[in-house]
Amino acid sequence: MLSVRDLSMRFGGLLAVNGVSLDVNEREIISIIGPNGAGKTTVFNCISGFYKPTSGQITFKGKQVQGLPDFKISRLGMVRTFQHVRLFNRMTVIENLLVAQHRHVNTNLLSGLLKTPSYRKKESEAMEKAAYWLKKVDLLPLANREAGNLAYGQQRRLEIARCMVTGPDLLMLDEPAAGLNPKETRDLDELIVSLKHDYNVSILLIEHDMGLVMGISDRIYVVSQGTPLADGTPDEIRTNPDVIKAYLGED
Amino acid sequence: MRKNLPFALFTAVITLVLSLPILGLKLTHEGTKLVLEGATQSTYVYIFLAAAAVFLSQLFREQLNAAKAAVKPKGNILAKLMPPEEKRDMAGKIFFVVLLIAAVLIPFNTGRIWSDIATLALIYVILGLGLNIVVGLAGLLDLGYVAFYAVGAYSYALLSQYFGLSFWVCLPIGALLAATFGFLLGFPVLRLRGDYLAIVTLGFGEIIRILLNNLTSLTGGPNGIGGIPKPTIPMLQFDPEFSIVNLEFSRRAAEGNVAFHEFFGVPYDSSLKVVVLYLIALVLALVTIVIVRRLIRMPVGRAWEALREDEIACRSLGLNRTAIKLSAFTIGAAFAGFAGSLYGARQGHISPESFIFFESVIILAIVVLGGMGSQIGVMVAAVLVVLLQELSREFDEYRLLAFGMVMVLMMIWCPQGLIPMKRPHLQLKQE
Repeated sequence: MLSVRDLSMRFGGLLAVNGVSLDVNEREIISIIGPNGAGKTTVFNCISGFYKPTSGQITFKGKQVQGLPDFKISRLGMVRTFQHVRLFNRMTVIENLLVAQHRHVNTNLLSGLLKTPSYRKKESEAMEKAAYWLKKVDLLPLANREAGNLAYGQQRRLEIARCMVTGPDLLMLDEPAAGLNPKETRDLDELIVSLKHDYNVSILLIEHDMGLVMGISDRIYVVSQGTPLADGTPDEIRTNPDVIKAYLGED
Repeated sequence: MRKNLPFALFTAVITLVLSLPILGLKLTHEGTKLVLEGATQSTYVYIFLAAAAVFLSQLFREQLNAAKAAVKPKGNILAKLMPPEEKRDMAGKIFFVVLLIAAVLIPFNTGRIWSDIATLALIYVILGLGLNIVVGLAGLLDLGYVAFYAVGAYSYALLSQYFGLSFWVCLPIGALLAATFGFLLGFPVLRLRGDYLAIVTLGFGEIIRILLNNLTSLTGGPNGIGGIPKPTIPMLQFDPEFSIVNLEFSRRAAEGNVAFHEFFGVPYDSSLKVVVLYLIALVLALVTIVIVRRLIRMPVGRAWEALREDEIACRSLGLNRTAIKLSAFTIGAAFAGFAGSLYGARQGHISPESFIFFESVIILAIVVLGGMGSQIGVMVAAVLVVLLQELSREFDEYRLLAFGMVMVLMMIWCPQGLIPMKRPHLQLKQE
């Protein structure tokens, strides 16, 4: 579904990403791991269109997407979260989910002002979908709270729900477990697996929590100092000498 | 108390240093020379009393603060006066109806002058609500909002002068023209953020004003345009034949129109045209309120707020930020054009003088004072600001000072504005 070939990103003299290639197939959970500053988030930013890659090809569902504006890439069905939670803090939880469905609702000004039947129908559909996902991530009782007042773990879940209401095919999660306690991490683990099984969503994951990564990933890509180091199944990665060296240093 | 003494002395001295030369000394002309003159004795007494007051208040700071804390209510004062959450919807509706009835009755109970001021207040309500979309909801700091107001006013003045178009035709044209200007300005400018956007819009406001000032052949330059007709009201006529006539409220109707008092055969009343203008303003303000209220609850309104909260998140969710910002800018400008046409009709004479930067500041102050994004707050603030300005006509020189003071006090007591914005409570089926 997503294929990245020889992706490079240069910031002035710094080559942040150097020749990274990766593939995500349908209903797969793929992880990108690597030490801090390895360029994982830069890869994310290039794929999702926030950066224009210096060179390389990105194909999503058979379409070349490098160089497209970020919001257009997102509309193709590829949604991401951020390392730091980015919610609409002063809006309520439910409003956050309604905004995410902006392009699915009737945005025609006149039909909105007149509350035409088609406008009402789309709005109530959006509300139902939002309610469905709130229930799924266990936030339904907090629907009318301001998003900024939620606990950190709840904000993380809301961010994932906000991505899911857009109906994506590929969900990109940037360190979703950062700052979560062990119980919340386990819940997240279940949620991600259920997204794959029940909603046919592929997931591209950046994560430092090795327990989570090894447990749920179908394949793992290791990046170190911007260059690809290894890729394979969790078992292959766990025993790969290069990976061990990069993580633990030479012995 | 002892440890406050040096600071108290210091503040008292500062007070003296600041106020003695400003209030105590005067420059006067004596023939060709400028002469320095002392003020009257009483001025000096006041200055020293003020210094003493500052000294004492600093000296007994702790005691004063303790006393203040004892009497001060917790939280926002206005919020406390509001009815409880669950009854607020009903109370709001009743309040609105009472307010509406009172608003309709204003011109019949007060004189001509107050109806005129109330009309101005309503114009500012429309302006405030329009700018509230841009600044309060979309979070785009626009310091040149007055330019769109000017576009609306001049479009009515010029269209009626050159083409003889009526108020009701010019009103939508004025709004449309202002919206077009907003759209055109928005395109290049909306890549900018925060302070940069503020400076460019400020420049745009000045450009429009200077253009109006210098385009003498079209706009009359600094003299402005006079003789702008008041709105007429279309009315069905059965006699001598079935037709529509435009009723005017002046003593003598222009060519093709009929004077109101002749049509109904009542004696001429000169205050009637003010009253009618007020009622028209009231209707237009109501239309604005209803439209903006809907807009906020529509997808586009949510998108505006989302953009204010986090632009990057918006982009990642597939929202086109340029389109959303442009819509806010354009719709906001349209309301300014609306208000501008009304202003032209009220004044009867407009000149670039009416659209200076300070006007933008006042409108922005209304939005901030009322509470960014809060509709009721902005309406209350608009009325307050217009009233304050009218009541303080005698102290015209101190107007800016008073304005600054109100702003500072507000930032201390209610930084969220008079009536902070409340989020709509959306009912879910599963709840």
